[in-house]
Amino acid sequence: MSDRLRIVGFLCNWCSYAGADLAGTTRLKHRAEVRIVRVPCSGRIDPVFILKAYERGADAVIVGGCHPGDCHYVSGNLNARRRFLVIRKLLEFIGIEPDRFEVTWCSAAEGEKWAKVVNEVCDRVEALGPFEAYKAITPPVRGPVKEVTTGEE
Amino acid sequence: MARIGVFVCWCGSNIASTVDVKAVAKAAASFPGVAHATDYKYMCSDPGQNLIRETIESEHLTGLVVAACSPRMHEPTFRRLALETGMNPYLVEMANIREHCSWVHEDKGEATAKAIETVRMLVEKVKRNSPLEEIRVPVTKKALVIGGGVAGIQAGLDIVTAGIPVIMVERSPSIGGHMAQLDETFPTLDCSQCILTPKMVELSQHRLVTLHTFSEIDEVSGFVGNFKVKIRKKARTVDHDKCTGCGICMEKCPAKVSSEFDRGLSDRKAIYVPFPQAIPNKPVIDRSSCIWFTKGRCGVCKKLCPAEAIDFEEKDVIVEEQVGAIVVATGYDLIDRGLYGEYGHGKIKDVIDGLQFERMLSASGPTGGKIVRPSDGATPKTVVFVQCVGSRDDSKGIPYCSRICCMYTAKHAMLYKHRVKDGKAYIFYIDVRAGGKGYEEFVKRAVDEDRVVYLRGRVSRIFEKNGTVFVKGSDTLSGQQVEIRADLVVLATAVTSSHGSRELAQRLRIGFDQYGFFTEAHPKLRPVETTTPGIYLAGACQAPKDIPDTVSQASAAASKVIGLLSSDELIREPLVARVDEKVCIACFMCESTCPYGAIEHVTWKDPETRKEKEVARVNPGICEGCGACLPVCRPKALDLMGFSDEQIYGEINALSDLVKVIHDE
Repeated sequence: MSDRLRIVGFLCNWCSYAGADLAGTTRLKHRAEVRIVRVPCSGRIDPVFILKAYERGADAVIVGGCHPGDCHYVSGNLNARRRFLVIRKLLEFIGIEPDRFEVTWCSAAEGEKWAKVVNEVCDRVEALGPFEAYKAITPPVRGPVKEVTTGEE
Repeated sequence: MARIGVFVCWCGSNIASTVDVKAVAKAAASFPGVAHATDYKYMCSDPGQNLIRETIESEHLTGLVVAACSPRMHEPTFRRLALETGMNPYLVEMANIREHCSWVHEDKGEATAKAIETVRMLVEKVKRNSPLEEIRVPVTKKALVIGGGVAGIQAGLDIVTAGIPVIMVERSPSIGGHMAQLDETFPTLDCSQCILTPKMVELSQHRLVTLHTFSEIDEVSGFVGNFKVKIRKKARTVDHDKCTGCGICMEKCPAKVSSEFDRGLSDRKAIYVPFPQAIPNKPVIDRSSCIWFTKGRCGVCKKLCPAEAIDFEEKDVIVEEQVGAIVVATGYDLIDRGLYGEYGHGKIKDVIDGLQFERMLSASGPTGGKIVRPSDGATPKTVVFVQCVGSRDDSKGIPYCSRICCMYTAKHAMLYKHRVKDGKAYIFYIDVRAGGKGYEEFVKRAVDEDRVVYLRGRVSRIFEKNGTVFVKGSDTLSGQQVEIRADLVVLATAVTSSHGSRELAQRLRIGFDQYGFFTEAHPKLRPVETTTPGIYLAGACQAPKDIPDTVSQASAAASKVIGLLSSDELIREPLVARVDEKVCIACFMCESTCPYGAIEHVTWKDPETRKEKEVARVNPGICEGCGACLPVCRPKALDLMGFSDEQIYGEINALSDLVKVIHDE
């Protein structure tokens, strides 16, 4: 894991979060940069959550929902899908590379897909490097690396 | 001041082998607001739970983060534990450091850093959790069954057996549905009416059943446990309280139209009961064909009725009912006759559909059970049956299999051979789908014992030449084109959704597919539920199915209803959206986004200014807690309990510094 990279994942409870759980139960090893925020539905994800994550120093954001048509809440992910299209445009406009934003429809049965998406996004963001475009205009919110010693006495 | 307890689980070696659990607990102890952090081998075990219970009390904790497996696994366990100690269960969060961490990462440093950060996020979340109370909704112990076919009848009977009153609404003048039209049923050849009519009588005479025939659903509002239904009782023009069912009116009525029940093979009067065993067995007037209503004269029925039951002035009546649950059992239709012009259906008299043939077979049908050519009444010596007419045909927009035709065609051919010993029966088929108990054996019997000839191939054209019907098709097994001179052709026409199903679905706010069949909540695990809580499906309104499957689903739907209505109140998770009335600007963007129709318009009085304004209100009985309304709320008046903006921002803000684990060795 790069010391510098951090990716935030907003995952819907019913599909993507469960898909990530499945990646765990099947022991699919993947990279460790993603920090997951559980939300009930991808339709719950406010665009400001995503912007806030970049502000807090995220180098990329992944949002995950049920496959369109398979939403646990009937149509939440369809709302989300439209919203994410706009967000992608907005990110471009405000100078955040679209490659730092990933939308994935990952079902509870697709642990493999989740692991693959995580690895792909990590590789891609590693190539782009840490997100520093805003450094000049806003003081970094993310502090220095905090060192923690092992728990064994 | 928050006093959060962090409990880091080893899960034996599942977590502890990849995550330095002691380092996680040590780091967590230093997070602001954390009063106590510790680790234990198995938090979910009895000693683990005791450890948490004792610590809640000794440390006066105000919230818990259990860093262990997925919340989808043990969140209920730890919430229940909190409840037992007197802590509000919604002050418990789980940090997933097993499925999302120890099981998927190899480097202990990386996994430990991720675990620490994950715990920090959840600590920030739980600090912002508020205690929530379960939502209790009173339940109306009454069920509505829409549709009085065998599905509705079965569901209704099962529900009343549990002592729950049932209101049944049937669109046509009698209950019974399509099953009442059938002669004998596959694969046992038992008489359809003999097994159905006792059930019809039992249902209609049950003290807990209110029957509304010749009625439709006008409006449905409310939510699970508390539906309000407006039922339109169409004007029958016959007062059923006075009518004795003597039948003089039907005998003397001069207006004749073709009978829907016999599918056009016989005529009925304008004042009619659809079939002799109908329930209720009292007539209604079909105003579109009644001479009084179309031409303003006649009135023979009124003059002759000894009970003075005819009321030409009668109007539709709206009945309002309150019910706790709804079973939708509206059945199916067959495709439009015009759809297969190349088969001459509707044009050539001796080309009929399966249901017409069924009426012909029926002892109480238009021919008294004799198989005859509709054109001249002669006994047909050669009958050609064509399967998949419409079904599995992309070009007609019906790619699905109608599921019942293979079996009923085999049955038709068999019954024909039983009645016309020297007759010849041919069946054109694509595949024979006989999956079901005793089904394959039944088809084999038709072939082996009754010498029915199966031809594998499609029919290209059915035409009439000099009064004789010819069926032209291919036999793909012999590779030849065949032309059969047929006395009678029976088309196994595709099953479609019942007419008006889409409108009904919209009224009920349930899903339907592109063909108009209602969609179940989950194709495998919730096959009788809809996505709208409290509304269940039974029978062919969900997809084509045969009688055994229909009855099974009806009983399953009934058991769901009985389960739902077995308690006095419904207990729902309080994870629902709420409106801050002060902030709401009544734009109702939320209303258009909510897939459940949970948003209501209410007038709200500001307690300070005492001014009234219109605001949105989330009905907690309907809200499922998806949160789709939140991003569209412009003034941010909406929030979602359990996943509030503040909680999620708390988690995001906890991303401040990266953690790196330093190994001392």
